[in-house]
Amino acid sequence: MDDKRELLDLLLRDARESPEDIARQTGLDAAAVETLLTELEEEGVVRGYQAVVDWDRVDEEHVQAQLELNVELDRETGYEEIARRIAKFPEVSSLRLVSGDFDFAVDVEGKSMHDVSQFVSERIAPIPEVTQTVTHFVMETYKERGIEMGDTDEDDRLTFSP
Amino acid sequence: MSRHLSTRAQETPPSGIRRFFEVAEEMDDVISLGVGEPDFSAPWAARTAAIDSLERGRTSYTSNRGRRDLREAIADRVERYDHYYDPDDEILVTAGASEAVDLAMRALVDPGDTVAVPEPSYISYTPTVSFAGGDSLPVRTRAEEEFALRYEDLERAGAADAEALVLCYPNNPTGAVMSEDGLAEVAEFVEEHDLFVLSDEIYAALRYEDDHASIATIPGMRERTVVFNGFSKAYAMTGFRLGYALGPSEVIGAMNRIHQYTMLSAPTTAQYAALEAIEACDDAVEDMRRAYDRRRRFVISRFNELGMDCFEAKGAFYVFPKCPPGWEDDEAFAEALLEEESVALVPGRVFGEGGEGHLRVSYATGMSELKTALNRIESFVRE
Repeated sequence: MDDKRELLDLLLRDARESPEDIARQTGLDAAAVETLLTELEEEGVVRGYQAVVDWDRVDEEHVQAQLELNVELDRETGYEEIARRIAKFPEVSSLRLVSGDFDFAVDVEGKSMHDVSQFVSERIAPIPEVTQTVTHFVMETYKERGIEMGDTDEDDRLTFSP
Repeated sequence: MSRHLSTRAQETPPSGIRRFFEVAEEMDDVISLGVGEPDFSAPWAARTAAIDSLERGRTSYTSNRGRRDLREAIADRVERYDHYYDPDDEILVTAGASEAVDLAMRALVDPGDTVAVPEPSYISYTPTVSFAGGDSLPVRTRAEEEFALRYEDLERAGAADAEALVLCYPNNPTGAVMSEDGLAEVAEFVEEHDLFVLSDEIYAALRYEDDHASIATIPGMRERTVVFNGFSKAYAMTGFRLGYALGPSEVIGAMNRIHQYTMLSAPTTAQYAALEAIEACDDAVEDMRRAYDRRRRFVISRFNELGMDCFEAKGAFYVFPKCPPGWEDDEAFAEALLEEESVALVPGRVFGEGGEGHLRVSYATGMSELKTALNRIESFVRE
């Protein structure tokens, strides 16, 4: 595996690894790690670094919904154009074109169910190409980006074993 | 009471890590680098296979030698190490590789026989030799050789007169591995002096720089070697207690004769899990191996930065650094470190000759704990 790919694997696991610690784990030196990181960012491979938050443990209202969107294309308007327009809304946290019964799968976040419903009905539904929306409010999140949200199982191994 | 206990039981010393264990259990916030088992859980596919087998009511004994389909799968699997064994009579499924070691000792050792055991070594060989009525002969391996076993080590220890030789590579506690050339050298000694080899290869899948080589694949060695392996380390299945032995039919047959009276058969649920592990868990094993490899590099770098001389161990999940300058006594160091910084590791002397002045550090622990542990060791060493 080349160094960049290895670096990517490490960052996918923990984006807060310091270049020094990455260097220790890969056998590269810290300066080389910094260079590779910069390259990954400049090439647009690494688009950002974010925390994975369990909103149930944050003392505020936070609502997430998954949206199914169907759209109608015409000669001038393709998926790209429609996607660009929808992606601009800050309420939209992810947007994907998918195969199957509908076209776009959209993740939407807001402060309340009312907020999210209003956003869908006033911002998304009126887009001329959008022919249908189905909104699924998230009731419980069990796993996000590979991280489980429940209480982690305690390490029940003995302190010493041969 | 003690007049009822056998001399053998009374003479067996308690494991050297027990005292530490009792101290550590009383403490909060201990980070343990003293654990000889994976921090991962068994792959989910293997666990569901165990659950399925229970739901289908598969709770009876299996054939003494282990389920036929499992033995076939094992035969297939070990071909990657150039091992070719007949599932009919050259493979025995056991309750952990530990049982296989015990059976082999009992099948091969007569009272008064000598078994050469390279040290530092895993702590079970010497007691199982003595349970079989034999005497073990420590063969000291050296830090300068990165704890690989050399011809002259065997010579110096007087292993020429032994009946059998134990090998454990990749090694617990040092993380040492043997190259093919190194094994050829050992094989030469073994043939010259007509020894039988008990090769514990439980860490075979955890090699980081190159592939595992087994002494049994060296010409002339297959007929004088029994190989132990199992699911505990590579598949993170320690609690399933499932291992196996590979060897000439005569030896496997003798082991099975003891096994059928003492264990009957290896745990049935575990056999189902193991079959699934072989069939469906290669990716999980590779992910774990890669995680260990990163940690391995990390801890080796950190120890060397701290002036704790640490050779580049290439197998298992242990490194074996020296105590920092100013500390001669590994036991005193481990004790002080536990008391002051709540980091638990195992003094090297527990593993026999040549371990003094060293520490066994297991990196079968999450990266963030490893980082914290190393920071604590750093502040202890810098004081």
